[in-house]
Amino acid sequence: MIRRALGGVVPLGAALVAFLFGAIMILALGANPIDGLVAILDGAFGTRERVATTAVRATPLLLVGVGITVAFRARVINIGGEGQIVIGALMATAVALAIPDTPRPLLLPLVLIVGMIGGGIWGSIAGVLKAYASVNEILSTIMLNLVAVQVMNYLLRGPMIDQAELEGSRIPQTERLTDNAALPILVPGTRFHLGIVIAVVAAIVVYVLLWRSPLGFRLRAVGHNPDAARASGISVERSLVTAMAISGSLSGLAGAVLVFGSESLRMVTDGSTAGFTGAAGFNGIVAALFGALHPLWTIPSAFLFGSLLTGANNLQRVLQIPSPLAVALNGIVVVFVVSSGRIRAWIERALDDRAERAERSGGGADPVAAAAGSTSGGGDS
Amino acid sequence: MTDRANPPEADDRLEEGDQPVPLLEMRNITKRFPGVVANEDVSFDLHAGEVHTLLGENGAGKSTLMKVLFGLYRPDEGEIRLRGEPVEIASPTDAIEQRIGMVHQHFMLVPTLTVAENVALGLTSSRGPLTDLDAVSARMGEIADRYGLSVDPSVEVWKLSVGERQRVEIIKALYRDAEVLVLDEPTAVLTPQEVDDLFVVLRQMTEAGRGLVFISHKLREVMDLSDRITVLRNGRVTGSTVPAETSRQQLAEMMVGREVNLAPDKPPVDTGAARLVLRNVSVIGDRGTLAVNGVDLDVAGGEILGVAGVSGNGQRELAETVAGLRPAEAGSTVELDGTDITAANPATTRSAGLSYVPEERMRDGAIGEFEVRENLLLVNHRNRSFLRGGLFDNERIRQHCQRLVDAFAVKTPTLDTPTSSLSGGNIQKLIMARELDSDPTVLLAAQPTRGVDIGAAEYIHSQLIDLRGRGVAVLVISEDLDEVLALADRIAVMYEGRIVTVVDRADATREGLGLAMAGAASDAE
Repeated sequence: MIRRALGGVVPLGAALVAFLFGAIMILALGANPIDGLVAILDGAFGTRERVATTAVRATPLLLVGVGITVAFRARVINIGGEGQIVIGALMATAVALAIPDTPRPLLLPLVLIVGMIGGGIWGSIAGVLKAYASVNEILSTIMLNLVAVQVMNYLLRGPMIDQAELEGSRIPQTERLTDNAALPILVPGTRFHLGIVIAVVAAIVVYVLLWRSPLGFRLRAVGHNPDAARASGISVERSLVTAMAISGSLSGLAGAVLVFGSESLRMVTDGSTAGFTGAAGFNGIVAALFGALHPLWTIPSAFLFGSLLTGANNLQRVLQIPSPLAVALNGIVVVFVVSSGRIRAWIERALDDRAERAERSGGGADPVAAAAGSTSGGGDS
Repeated sequence: MTDRANPPEADDRLEEGDQPVPLLEMRNITKRFPGVVANEDVSFDLHAGEVHTLLGENGAGKSTLMKVLFGLYRPDEGEIRLRGEPVEIASPTDAIEQRIGMVHQHFMLVPTLTVAENVALGLTSSRGPLTDLDAVSARMGEIADRYGLSVDPSVEVWKLSVGERQRVEIIKALYRDAEVLVLDEPTAVLTPQEVDDLFVVLRQMTEAGRGLVFISHKLREVMDLSDRITVLRNGRVTGSTVPAETSRQQLAEMMVGREVNLAPDKPPVDTGAARLVLRNVSVIGDRGTLAVNGVDLDVAGGEILGVAGVSGNGQRELAETVAGLRPAEAGSTVELDGTDITAANPATTRSAGLSYVPEERMRDGAIGEFEVRENLLLVNHRNRSFLRGGLFDNERIRQHCQRLVDAFAVKTPTLDTPTSSLSGGNIQKLIMARELDSDPTVLLAAQPTRGVDIGAAEYIHSQLIDLRGRGVAVLVISEDLDEVLALADRIAVMYEGRIVTVVDRADATREGLGLAMAGAASDAE
């Protein structure tokens, strides 16, 4: 009983501890943590528009996070979400720029698919390197992030730049894209667009893929034990590439959603590494880890981190606390969630020790009763 | 030590010859773990000058009892007496001080250090902060002379053969003047001849008044070496006997608790044409050297070919190459029913008709984290009959898996149980169920019953013989000579990457095969 409950309690406890740290940081910055919490909740959920904004902020995290579950389940540590978002967005934007007059029912699906293809290709590069040249995917995906950002900076400052910017302030951005490629707003008066629904559907599809399809079965087999998978006739190399392709394509889709769901309807950056993505490629990993690498649990997890991001903006407005606090909180959550497996093992071992001690002190007493006694004792503490 | 299986004369005879006070007494030891009683009221004693064997299957409680003796576990109840005095053994250091020694199944030696350094490790030097390796070597020499355990003290351990390493372990214990010496499965890694040599050494030790606890599940050796035998099952002593009063069959039944069939019936089968053909197969091993060197083998339908040999002579690499997991060198040929599978991957060898039961079942055979159902599906998850609309048809899959679990007597609480929580024997039956389900024409089984309980081993053997009856070509690779002799129609012996001999079962002798396993050039006939 306790053991089963531990599975859920420990990650939640990790989040609580992280928020406790957040409270200390707010205190250190000279504000009341209760006021801070109110400001975050108000910022994230205070009005209809704010709820919609939270959902919009959660969407790329969800798409990237769902992709991360696929890669990590096949034991490929994909840190390349940032680069895959960027390449997907660039390719989708290029298509929208090239054929702006294509009618919406054709163009919108097309740009989304092209975004997936772009991210998928970028992800596959690291997958191929890992599968056939044993290149560590953590290194290769981080390096590919840097490459992708430089490609973006070049294209948005040069070939793809808005002609008006050439004479103006030279902001690296494209012209406003055709409305035929815009993600339709579903709730009038808010930013709640179709991309949010697409992301949730993607999570469900990936869930079915991982646990109900032969492909997902192979990916999980390779992730758990590549030797046994290979011996039973599964191509480990192909599975690694496939996992990275799927993972990258979901990040690429996130990139397309970032562009075609944006209010300004253009691809824009500020020259920094996270200028376009808003670090969604990294925060998506956080969301996936907090969702226990399960596509469906990643949905609430992504919305939690989305609300933290919008809430932190409000924190800055109301209490003048810098919004990067949310980024720090993310980091702390990761540390605690990732170490929660170890913490759980410690707790379980402590429970075992207690059970054994209780038995020993009980001497010749009925071992079942002794074990039961110690278990309930463990529950009190 | 009272038991129905033990006739009263045996007790009388023992009591006459032995000292009144045993060297070691473990009285009524009980050790519980949460949910399990590993030892319940176990009593065990050892006299000076005898070999007392502790026999039992995996999980019967042998190693728990020895860990209690060695101070690694505290017993919940019971006491230990040495030379008649009750003692508290709280740690291995206490055990060594009390002159209890242990030779572990997996050697506890530092390969980069010399023999003398390994022996001296953990001892106080007679020269204070400086080492006294010359003195150690000199005393080692005395021990070696006395027991015939010659090993060069100045050579690094990694250069030694497995048999020599084991001698170093024994010297280590003798150097610490162990009076009670526990040998945990000491013969698992030795050739039959090395086993004979070891037994000579062990007998000299008992003649010198030491007491030995011999842990083994190899019944033939137990019968050869023991003065007394105590059998454990499910944490309890099920009987105590002497070799003269029992038989291998009876011991096996005491271990398992029911009738067992050690020599399976093999009805005659007409062998067909060669289905698996290996010609000049050479394979590079993990160390970059030739692990398999020009092997030629044929396995016909309706035949079991046993490959005997001490592990590490290329058997694993040979199996992996046939299964398509390891590339063969140029000039090698592997054919299955006329199809060349030399350069094939596992998917291709499987579709050609090969099934493969790998040696390392938890590494190559099954995925511990996967549920029983998922492991049963590992090979044929692409099968269309398990899919509906491209997705798994869980209802059909469940029926299929339940059928396999029932047919192969896999003991599992549910189909959704994580595979790693099953016993080794049940995991092996699960793998057999999966591999035989695809109706193979050739079955390659490496160490099919290693670490498996007797009941499961019996079942697996009957399945292999059943396959042979259905015209399948069965290649069994095993270190267990008894297993090879019980199953095979022909026996090949592998030594240093080569097949040194192939003999018909009828012409094979244990001695001949043992010589071939040690590399002797003569025929095994």
